[in-house]
Amino acid sequence: MWKWLHPYAKPERAYHLCHRLQPYLWWPGVLALLTGCIWGLAFAPQDYQQGDSFRIIYIHVPSAILSMSTYVAMAGAALVGIVWQWRTAFMAMIAMAPVGAVVTFIALFTGAAWGKPMWGTWWVWDARLTSELILMFLYLGVIALYGAFEDKQQAGKAAGVMALVGVVNIPVIHYSVEWWNTLHQGATISKFDKPSIAPEMLWPLLIALLGLALFIAAVSVMRMKNEIIRREYHRPWVKALAASSVGD
Amino acid sequence: MSALYKGIFKRDIALAFRQRSELAQPLMFLLMVITLFPLGIGPGPVILQKIGPGVIWIAAILSSLLAMDRMFRDDFWDGSLEQYMLSGQPLWAVTAVKVAVHWLVSFIPLAVFSPLLALFLNLTMEMYVALMLSLLLGTPLLSLVGAIAVGLTVGLQRGGVLLALLLIPVFIPLLIFATSAVDSAALQLPYRAQLAIIGAMLLVAMATAPLAIAYALRVSQN
Repeated sequence: MWKWLHPYAKPERAYHLCHRLQPYLWWPGVLALLTGCIWGLAFAPQDYQQGDSFRIIYIHVPSAILSMSTYVAMAGAALVGIVWQWRTAFMAMIAMAPVGAVVTFIALFTGAAWGKPMWGTWWVWDARLTSELILMFLYLGVIALYGAFEDKQQAGKAAGVMALVGVVNIPVIHYSVEWWNTLHQGATISKFDKPSIAPEMLWPLLIALLGLALFIAAVSVMRMKNEIIRREYHRPWVKALAASSVGD
Repeated sequence: MSALYKGIFKRDIALAFRQRSELAQPLMFLLMVITLFPLGIGPGPVILQKIGPGVIWIAAILSSLLAMDRMFRDDFWDGSLEQYMLSGQPLWAVTAVKVAVHWLVSFIPLAVFSPLLALFLNLTMEMYVALMLSLLLGTPLLSLVGAIAVGLTVGLQRGGVLLALLLIPVFIPLLIFATSAVDSAALQLPYRAQLAIIGAMLLVAMATAPLAIAYALRVSQN
């Protein structure tokens, strides 16, 4: 059933797949991100309680959700790499790690900037904030461990194990606002039956979420192409590729 | 087959007690870190009692990080680890024995010292009991999860700081639940729920960590 997937374990095929996917991720991503942000930041109605400050959610919520999704995707790639011994899966993992770390930082930063006018403080040691901070540490740990090895194949396996260990943190972040009654407000958009957000506020948020997801995928795919080239530069197909791009 | 594990157990215990300084240093470090807090924060008994459980747990985590890399380092460099892998016995079982020994030789001295620490930080009897129970359930978790990262970094020349970077985020949930158990004990509230969560984490780690440790060692051995 999954046989069609196996050729992509080969770096060359994976590179060409990334190359083909890149424009389809890049342009819709930028477009949706711009639409969502401009709509959300300039045209969506004001919140009756929080005024204009609530508009940070058009950046904060997508980055917070996707910081977790990126981690899960990274751990998924690590699992594929460990179980099926795919070198390209480890490359995908390490391509996503710094992107995820930056997205986590954006979520924390925008959260702090919103917390100052709303809660009166930049930072509280609240369950969700703390676990998001741990998530950033986990990303940094994976990157640091990967960087510590000379042999990148070994580095990928080692960092993959660490990424999988850290995955236990994801449900803790997701349910932290439900398990502990904390300062961070509860979820508003994931309750699909009855979302507690007005539709004219919800649409730009969903578009921004989609845009950021595509943007993250696009950046990851670009980083993965670089990683493949860096690891395979002595192979004939890379030399042929380089020669053809010089000839253009 | 069980003779093999018994042999490894005896050998590791003997090695640990023959390298007495390595055994004593983390403990001295723990004691000194705890001494820093009353001096740095102020010796008021009320505030010491309030921060005490957290301080003891943080010191325990830091000292365990210092001692952690001893777990596989010598075996890795002198080739014993390779022999374990070639022996045909499941590597996860061998590592489970080694982790158990590491826990015993690091936890029992800590347990012996703990009344002194409780005295230093002005803990009540209830808090002390809760602290000991949380340490009893939590320190094997430190050893098990720590061993995964030790297995990954054992081949690196300078793995020490990296080990701490990898493990501290993973230990944060344990620290939160453990100190929350002792805080509940201080208020004379039940703290069984927090201990149950730590126990659950320990069971999951006992089931999965030996396999991860074995894989990590194979990665390091390349």
